[in-house]
Amino acid sequence: MLRLEKRPAPSRFWLWAAPIVAVLCTMVAGGLMFAALGKNPIEALRTIFWEPLFGELAWYFRGQLLLKAGPLVLIAIGLAMGYRAGIWNIGAEGQYIIGAVVGASVGLAFYPAEHWFIFPLAILAGALGGMTWGLIPAILRVKFRTNEILVSLMLVYVAQTILAMAALGFLRNPEGNNFPGSRNLSQYPATANPELISGTGLHWGVVTALIVVLLGWLILSRHRFGFEIRLAGQAPRAARFAGVNPDRMVLICLGLSGALAGLAGIFEVTGPSGIISPDFNVGYGFTAIIVAFLGRLHPVGILLAGLLMALTYIGGEYAATNLGLPSAAVQAFQGMLLFFLLALDVFGNYRLRFGSGRAV
Amino acid sequence: MLGGIDPFILIASLIAASVPILLAALGEAVVERAGVLNLGVEGMMIMGAVTGFMVSVATGSPLLGFLAAMAGAMALSLIFAFLTQVMLANQVASGLALTLFGLGFSSLLGQGYVGVKPPLTTAVPFGPLADLPVIGEILFSHDWITYLSLALVGLVWFVLNRTRTGLILRAVGENAEAAHGLGYKVRRIRLLAILFGAALAGLGGAYISLVRVPQWTDGITAGAGWIALAIVVFASWRPLRVLAGAWLFGGLTVLQLNLQAAGSGIPVEYLSMAPYLITIIVLVLISSGKGRALDAPAALGQNFHASR
Repeated sequence: MLRLEKRPAPSRFWLWAAPIVAVLCTMVAGGLMFAALGKNPIEALRTIFWEPLFGELAWYFRGQLLLKAGPLVLIAIGLAMGYRAGIWNIGAEGQYIIGAVVGASVGLAFYPAEHWFIFPLAILAGALGGMTWGLIPAILRVKFRTNEILVSLMLVYVAQTILAMAALGFLRNPEGNNFPGSRNLSQYPATANPELISGTGLHWGVVTALIVVLLGWLILSRHRFGFEIRLAGQAPRAARFAGVNPDRMVLICLGLSGALAGLAGIFEVTGPSGIISPDFNVGYGFTAIIVAFLGRLHPVGILLAGLLMALTYIGGEYAATNLGLPSAAVQAFQGMLLFFLLALDVFGNYRLRFGSGRAV
Repeated sequence: MLGGIDPFILIASLIAASVPILLAALGEAVVERAGVLNLGVEGMMIMGAVTGFMVSVATGSPLLGFLAAMAGAMALSLIFAFLTQVMLANQVASGLALTLFGLGFSSLLGQGYVGVKPPLTTAVPFGPLADLPVIGEILFSHDWITYLSLALVGLVWFVLNRTRTGLILRAVGENAEAAHGLGYKVRRIRLLAILFGAALAGLGGAYISLVRVPQWTDGITAGAGWIALAIVVFASWRPLRVLAGAWLFGGLTVLQLNLQAAGSGIPVEYLSMAPYLITIIVLVLISSGKGRALDAPAALGQNFHASR
């Protein structure tokens, strides 16, 4: 009889082996899934994972990689801080939307003026907007002990209706022939967030993401606050004795992850996406949750996971046009990846034992 | 006031519109009462929607379609059950993965079915009763799934509150350690609860693709699963309040569409926001200790591993 026995300390080997094994398992299972649907599995996998990096159109796709990974990494690092402390923000999608809407409103308020300070101001407004949206579940949890998972999730839907109101109402482009959507922020020079080096996909949001990776790593491994986060997550009682204020932790973690999600939103709307439209958000806030887990809640791991997840997006789109796979197939892939990762994670905390434990 | 909207037709259509979210929320309420937070409702609903659609198109029978929808969603939920009950994985992440996978996989399965018409599910023939003024419209104009969903509300209420099975299920959700100590098989009970929740979510999903729309498109459930999760919280995990919540959410959706069609000046965005804001307010009221009896199952979202 197989049974699980708790390890005295989590295994460091499985912490990093699990994501790698999970990726391999996903490729095998994904190949089987494509084969069952009558597609050539080798060709499908090559189209998704190889062509964007090394195929003949790679010069185009490589730029897309950073463009898509940037927001994912930015959001996931904020989420990971909270998850480590046992604070579950799953409403990053809403914070992302509000960041974009607030930032764009501030930026467009100056239209058509040209000043150097408009772009930084819009970015700041985006961060504050996201932070405010993230602080709502935080304050409710601190004040009333509400569950932040549910509140942050509900706020995603409120954010989506606010987005619709913005795109159809107060931000609608007056010269847009009544089409829904705002003025194009990436074509308004004062708010544009252009590619800094042509062909790389590197824009200010990606630069910010890279800086946040570095800062996140420093805070978690070298700063007292990072230690408090880990303590609060792994041993809440010990954390209280050590003087860690749990309420302050909730406010900081949710505020911070909201601000980072808001930043991702405003960088996206001033750059790659350009306009606030009702379907401007594409689920980065939800995918970032997978990125955070896949990256082991560690900034450097998140950077790698973000790049991998960006690859599945790009490869998935490429496979959609080339092989006639539905574009949603990539979601099946991402879901599968998370399945395998979660299943393999058990070996980090438990070890497999043969023999007669009492059956459960 | 409402610009020529017939209130009786409104009530009849809100009953029909709330069937999918009612079924899914009712199932999820049972799952959460057993202490499991399954955020994969949207994924299970859409799996039900696609498998139900495929089977009923292939066989020409809506009944077989609905049965297949339940089976399809239950099969998907087994992944969640395996991850959380056997591999002790985080329930939030496992549920999200289930939704992602369900959305993607259903679109792969449904590729050849876009634009196909499913066999019709007609209203139950009540004969002369259906012709009664007002009452006929509201009570006797629906299909059998609608009546089934209402019957299930009563059944779930009875089982949870008046039977030994319900008591054990709630014990597992409140204190898994104690239930285990009394000799109940925590993981088996939770597995059964997850399967029951999945069956209802699948049924609700199939109701969207076979009755409400009725056709197949990618992402056809359009967030109904998330609304169901909101309803469970709104209802503070009680079956009868789930019904009230489903009617409130369904009613606001119907009212919103009607107001839009009638060209009324009321901004519809406030209406579509309202259910979520109300849910948050309810959450605050529950949590601030105004009613301890309204509290969430104590072991909600926590995995159980028997070390002894």
